[in-house]
Amino acid sequence: MRGIVSAATYIPRARLDRSAITGFVGSGGGRGTRSVASYDEDTTTMGVEAARIALRSAPGGTRPDALWFSTVAPAYLDKTNATAIHAALRLDHDVPAIDMVGAVRSAVGALATALKSTGTTLVVASDIRTGLPGSGDEASGGDAAAAALVGDGDGVLAELIGTASATEEFVERWRTPGDARSKQWEERFGETKYLPLGDQAWREGLKAAGIEAGDVDTLIVAGLHARAVRTLKGRLGVAKEAQADDLTATIGNSGAAQPLLLLTQALEKAEPGKVIALVVLADGADVLLFRTTDAVRSWQPARSVDAQVAAGAEVPYGKFLAWRGTLTVEPPRRPEPPRVSASSAGRHEDWKFGFVGGVSPETGEPQLPPLPNSTGSVAMADVEGTIATFTVDRIAYSPSPPIVFAVVDFDGGGRLPIELTDAKVEDLSMGDRVEMTFRRLFTADGIHNYFWKARPVLRSTNG
Amino acid sequence: MASNGIKDRVAIVGMGCTQFGERFDKGADDLMVDASNDAFASAGVDKYTIDAYWLGTAMSGNSGITLARPLQVEGKPVTHVENFCATGSEALRGAAYAVSSGAYDIAMAVGVEKVKDSGYQGAVGAGKVPTDGTDRTLTAAAMYSMIVPAYAKKFGVAESELRDVLSHIAAKNHYNGARNPRAQFRKEVSTETICGAPKMAGSLGVFDCAGVADGAAAAVVVRAEDAHKYTDKPLYVKALSLVAGTGAGLSDPEYDYTTFPEVAATAEDAYRQAGVTDPRHELAMAEVHDCFTPTEMVLMEDLGFAERGTAWKEVLAGTYDLGGELPVNPDGGLKSFGHPIGASGLRMMFEAWLQLRGEAPPERALGNDRRLALTHNLGGYPGEMVSFVSIFGTEKG
Repeated sequence: MRGIVSAATYIPRARLDRSAITGFVGSGGGRGTRSVASYDEDTTTMGVEAARIALRSAPGGTRPDALWFSTVAPAYLDKTNATAIHAALRLDHDVPAIDMVGAVRSAVGALATALKSTGTTLVVASDIRTGLPGSGDEASGGDAAAAALVGDGDGVLAELIGTASATEEFVERWRTPGDARSKQWEERFGETKYLPLGDQAWREGLKAAGIEAGDVDTLIVAGLHARAVRTLKGRLGVAKEAQADDLTATIGNSGAAQPLLLLTQALEKAEPGKVIALVVLADGADVLLFRTTDAVRSWQPARSVDAQVAAGAEVPYGKFLAWRGTLTVEPPRRPEPPRVSASSAGRHEDWKFGFVGGVSPETGEPQLPPLPNSTGSVAMADVEGTIATFTVDRIAYSPSPPIVFAVVDFDGGGRLPIELTDAKVEDLSMGDRVEMTFRRLFTADGIHNYFWKARPVLRSTNG
Repeated sequence: MASNGIKDRVAIVGMGCTQFGERFDKGADDLMVDASNDAFASAGVDKYTIDAYWLGTAMSGNSGITLARPLQVEGKPVTHVENFCATGSEALRGAAYAVSSGAYDIAMAVGVEKVKDSGYQGAVGAGKVPTDGTDRTLTAAAMYSMIVPAYAKKFGVAESELRDVLSHIAAKNHYNGARNPRAQFRKEVSTETICGAPKMAGSLGVFDCAGVADGAAAAVVVRAEDAHKYTDKPLYVKALSLVAGTGAGLSDPEYDYTTFPEVAATAEDAYRQAGVTDPRHELAMAEVHDCFTPTEMVLMEDLGFAERGTAWKEVLAGTYDLGGELPVNPDGGLKSFGHPIGASGLRMMFEAWLQLRGEAPPERALGNDRRLALTHNLGGYPGEMVSFVSIFGTEKG
């Protein structure tokens, strides 16, 4: 039996109220909210977070023997982005880490390929959706990542029972490399292309699985062409109550991450023996059909989609624009930090990417960061801590000042003064609980400085 | 561990100090030459007389050539030292030990910093060492701001009361600086202005932070037995103590941000070297590293000028004001002088030089006739710092 062994999503906490767009631009916007990657997040860091939750949720601590990363907005070209995720997850060196980046379709392609392949593959999809101020893409987009562990055996939550694809060349949505936004042909054209492709893939997928449309318990239709998605969903022969909510009202459409994100949510809600259909419209149509197993009954997702959807915090529109680089705001009058030394970062890969501390020879306590006299190593990324004291720095350099900084005492020992993120200083108190999150501190000379920050634990996002 | 000290073996016989401030008119070269020439004149020597030089600068140059070139000292050993904010003191320490060893008869320590050529308000980091990018990025102001809530909590002082304490420290140092022609800021500042200033980090406002200035200072040192060849009123080195911290405080869950262990260690070592047992009543004055107002408050306890948890009361009682029981920062401190990193330590010694020799103006009178002065620098952060303490006296023994 081959299928999904574990799945998780990461939704950044910031939410943009779409009506704020209308208030600023005078047009565009709309109802509801969208998720927004913070200034210190990119598709790689969000991918790390989704992958961490997926591995934490995997039964029996299953680890992948391959890592595939897909995004439309890679932090690097030429250089592989999956290697940073690999390092943050502390995967073994013999585990390959490969990017499949560029098109939205690459993400579902990676998932389908992993499902038809062998071994245990961690598929990570991540996206930051951009658009010009006032555009439909800006309002309807959402930032998120999702990860699925694909493998064999009794731990499989949902078995792949059939797939089908339909492909055709047509220019409906496109972006040239370096462009910060996508462009679209008139909406009707895309719909006339997608609907027959969707119909075709759907028929063939059902045939491959040996089921009827009426056997489908949960139908997910994903894709950036909202009109085609909506129309196709209504004509596939699946009852309305079996059609999954696409979360666009609350977090928006997360592009490359959306199929896996919605599949994760379906798995979190599923009973054993149910059929989940995933249909993705992106330069064609891809259909993946799953049947859940008894394993879903005992599966404990470490951090559910619903909890993360509910845990939003509003970000003002001006800040959103500044975070995406659309609006250039006055930086702090401090020198920008120098680029990270590649060789130094390489020597400290475990600390910088894995947040692995040393062990003090005197006290036996975690040593953060490790010193040359360390007598061992201790993985700290999943250890929570308590704020001993904190302050706000209004004059330090930051891509989004001010910096909030805390002295964190970790459970089981170890202390580190470290930057906080996703935190409002007025909401903080000594004694607050924090968890570690992988972030991009800054970028200098095109080199992204990845490291960990602490962020307040939201109890509601657990379980 | 031995820390024997060199009590009464070396003396300062001449000093110079430039005016501190935004010296857009002067480069590091000019400032070094000015301070050196003042010190030469003060000791009645010239550059040819000096056997060896120690230059302290953190960010205005590398190598001894930084001093040898503008001063045109030929064929002489010039040593460049750097030790964060104790850099200037470190230069004096090197020169004093060299003379005390007998290697040289007469040496000079020069400290300089040209901070205001960076184009930024506030101090910007010294030399950038390539790193893995995981170092802390916050400012010193933010690190020291963490003292305020920690001290308030530990000793049960209301933060509003602590605000008055910090304002008193700032107002006192500006009061003193207003009476010093070499200071960067020579105006008294009211506590209302101090309290109402824009916040920089935590609860610290602009007036809780030291200024940023250019400046230089210099000292000529000789063996104690030669001192009277140069001056009738030498200052004998009683103690020089330095500790470079391990950074343990940053990772120690027991560390509570209300004390600087490195400072307490240097104070204890210095008092032992000098034979001081009751600093509050034996010292005529102290120049301490008031980079931020809460720093000065904590230093009163770490230097033994107040019992633990009582410095805030002593500050409010005026214990450290001019004419108080133990005047602290009678020259105006970093608050009034700004902090040219390489120069500050020697600038503090310059005030000891003036005060103990009776050359300070009457409006800065200490109000006592004791014969010992202490200077103190720290550099780095709470939990990870360099600390330096020196004690000077006008008499041997």
